[in-house]
Amino acid sequence: MSNYDAIVIGAGHNGLTNAAYLAKAGLNVVVLEKNDYIGGAAVTRELQEGWHYSNCSYVCSMMRQAIHRDLDLARHGLILVPYLSTVNFGDGDERLIGYHDAEAAHLELKRLSPHDADAMHRLETDLTRYSQLIRKTLMRTPPEPTSFRPRDLMEMLWLARKFWALGEKEIYEYVRFFTMSAAEFLEDYFEHDLIKAAMASPGIIGTALGVYSPGSSYILLHHVMGDVDGSIGAWGLARGGMGAISKSIASAAQEFGAEIRTEAGVQQVLVKNGKASGVVLENGDEITSRIVVSNLDAKRTFTRIMDKNDLPDGIYKRAKNFKIRGSSGKVNIALSGMPKFTGLPDNRYANRGGQTFSGSLETMERAYDCWKRGTWSDDPFIESVIPSAWDPTVAPVGKHWMSNFVQYCPPKLADGPWTPEKRDAFGESVISKIERYSPGFRDLIVHMEVRTPHDIENEIGLTEGNIFQGELTIDQLFFNRPFPGYGQYRMPVKNMYMCGSSTHPGGGVSAVCGANAAREILMDLRKPNTVPEDDFYDE
Amino acid sequence: MTTTDPYAGERPKLTAFYPRAKELNIRDAWQVWNGYKFAECYYDGEYEYFCVRNTCGTYDICPMQKYEIKGRNAEAMLNRMVTRDVKKIGLNRVAYCVWCTDEGRMIDDGTIFKLANDRFMLTCGSPCTAWLRKASFGFDDVTVTDVTDDIAALALQGPTSCATLKKMGLGGIDTAKPFDIKFFPFHGETLMVSRTGFTGDLGYELWIPKELAVQMWDELYAAGEDYGIQPFGETATNMTRLEAAFIMPAMEFNEALLTVNLNHDQTPFELSLGWLVDFDKPHFSGRAALLEEKKRGPKYTLTKLDIEGNKPAEESYIYNDKRCKGKEVGYVTSAMWSPAVKANIALAMIKTEHLNDDLWAEIYYAKELRQYSRVAKCTRKTKPFWTPPRARATPPADY
Repeated sequence: MSNYDAIVIGAGHNGLTNAAYLAKAGLNVVVLEKNDYIGGAAVTRELQEGWHYSNCSYVCSMMRQAIHRDLDLARHGLILVPYLSTVNFGDGDERLIGYHDAEAAHLELKRLSPHDADAMHRLETDLTRYSQLIRKTLMRTPPEPTSFRPRDLMEMLWLARKFWALGEKEIYEYVRFFTMSAAEFLEDYFEHDLIKAAMASPGIIGTALGVYSPGSSYILLHHVMGDVDGSIGAWGLARGGMGAISKSIASAAQEFGAEIRTEAGVQQVLVKNGKASGVVLENGDEITSRIVVSNLDAKRTFTRIMDKNDLPDGIYKRAKNFKIRGSSGKVNIALSGMPKFTGLPDNRYANRGGQTFSGSLETMERAYDCWKRGTWSDDPFIESVIPSAWDPTVAPVGKHWMSNFVQYCPPKLADGPWTPEKRDAFGESVISKIERYSPGFRDLIVHMEVRTPHDIENEIGLTEGNIFQGELTIDQLFFNRPFPGYGQYRMPVKNMYMCGSSTHPGGGVSAVCGANAAREILMDLRKPNTVPEDDFYDE
Repeated sequence: MTTTDPYAGERPKLTAFYPRAKELNIRDAWQVWNGYKFAECYYDGEYEYFCVRNTCGTYDICPMQKYEIKGRNAEAMLNRMVTRDVKKIGLNRVAYCVWCTDEGRMIDDGTIFKLANDRFMLTCGSPCTAWLRKASFGFDDVTVTDVTDDIAALALQGPTSCATLKKMGLGGIDTAKPFDIKFFPFHGETLMVSRTGFTGDLGYELWIPKELAVQMWDELYAAGEDYGIQPFGETATNMTRLEAAFIMPAMEFNEALLTVNLNHDQTPFELSLGWLVDFDKPHFSGRAALLEEKKRGPKYTLTKLDIEGNKPAEESYIYNDKRCKGKEVGYVTSAMWSPAVKANIALAMIKTEHLNDDLWAEIYYAKELRQYSRVAKCTRKTKPFWTPPRARATPPADY
């Protein structure tokens, strides 16, 4: 039996970040990971020799540069490379090429609709303005709105000041924005179907909502408020795949003295006299510690690795009802060559961005209808990227791999449990859709990994395969995340904390949840804070 | 009837790679260097920067000045001109050098290639013919030939550069150590490849008779296609060289021969290039003045700064008090946000006596036509900002 200051459950990127900052403060930390690899959903795996998939998350923009810089992740081998813009494929032959150059992008929009080309400038300006306030709250612990503690009052005051500073018109807009659907929000800007579809697609990614569902408007903002080197809305690839992010954070954590144990799944969090005191591993080993930090999602934490009787009234039920519906699948495809897409210029930049097979708002909504009925759509929404077009380290020379994020895919099927045959059929729906836009695509396939929400849950432990560790709807955001009254990383059991995306500010490879949780823990343990302040670009 | 361009005399000259470069310069973003048209960027400066750090890129260095220095006295002549000991340069090796006026003020920097015991190539940013003539006075057997227009030169920089050259068929290129020169037969001529560059990364420079320039480009690009090859321009060059903490004329130093106010030029010691000054060798231009300077200590010292926040400290003054009220103790020469290092980096000339003070940069920036300023703490760095192990590894990995 060993004794630690802190146990962090789950070596996802937030757990590793949390461990790094705790270890930096001098704590004796161990990270326990159930799998034989680290990274959770920020992982790179070689399932076919020579091809390195980012199996789950595949691009990033929320990664806080303050943390990247503070942990010196560049020295630990991390380099984030922004990729060029995305091509949107319409239902038919229509294409919207998101040229990298702003002037060229404008002319391309103008080709589809002169009105929308102008409106795009207004949308981008508005989104940047809306995202400013939220970006400022990312690396801050949300206040408890009902508390009278000075720090909560101060934080509420800070927030109120920022909010009022927006001005009357903007405050109304904000409230609208948080509650409306992505499609309705965009109706105010655009007339062209493909442009609307292209812009609405970030509103549904990772979410069991449709483009017409209230609340999808905020998800849209969540996806465009990230940045790469201050270029807001830009997306980047990690050289070496998303696992490079976890690996570099792990390396930083180990340099500070943290220990990382793989194949060490936690069976149960030990609670004595109302205080967390350690864990029991699946193999029966017991490890004790002063505090326990769970990087698992809220539902898994409170319903799977804690004893119901150790929890205060109501928490088990809250956790059980935590909204964490799986909605997406992931299909990773190793290719013998670069796919060519119809209706696209054949040039060196065409495939160096993403491909979004969004079709139209109608198509996306129909795909959502399938999800509601407990099946996948045969005309799915797919967001793709070919990382190997950019990154020389992830596929053999001249060969490629394509990451396909597919929506929607239900965690439970209406016609019984997921089977390998059904999984293959789901994968087939993806291939046949891509083949529609890339004749001969099928012949390039060398290997394929199809992941349904069911697989994602089983492999990396995200309940229902929800990529955000809980949906990003207003009832589960900010001081309500994961539950009202527990928005400050401290959990209902003393000495127990959460540091995953189930906490503020939610999903995305940002490393923020882990860092914010570390700051709160260090405060409780009366240790000096090691977590940097955000150094976002002034806005 | 042929029409002649009435403006031909005033138009920028075209480099040997122009026929290919122009196809790929989608933005039509050109500048002029030594009279030659050369690219500011081809597609996007930052994209090209990332190619250099992530895959590989080519930079057209045809406009760089190249001189062949030949003869029995070539070595002695160069040795009297530059501050480094040219005798110590091995055969088929390259050395980075600076040369100074008698007052020890820096005229320019460049590289010397030792191609035979009596044959060298000198490259530098600005024309140097007149100074080379002066430097040759008193030597009987030395001839200086400007070969800038005869040799086409292309830098290939980035982690996949060695793999690209191997694919191109340059067998054994992976055994070249930094500053080595190798020769390869190329369509009846010789392709010279040096493991040199201006990006601080793994990289090479390719030297070819200009008649074969386009042929070489095509073969290089065919080989590099699967290694992410992309031309890059001045924007990316300036970003990468700053991360490597390399100096640029008209940024870090003002060429001595072009300096009106004699306090405005620099000595190698001020530029933290004291390691290039060899007092153990025979007399060289500026020796006495530099010896004195070494004894006295330089007035300014070029310093690498890591600056808090993320506003590039372009053209900032440096103070030793946070309120920035007293007299400034230095000035920033180059600054940028480094996407690879994730740091706000700068080179600055700091008064040597204040090097160990707390340093603060007063940074001005504009947002939607409004001016803002902030004061940011500076931390001195001893090593270049970007020093990947692959830049020194022999043989280098494929990426």
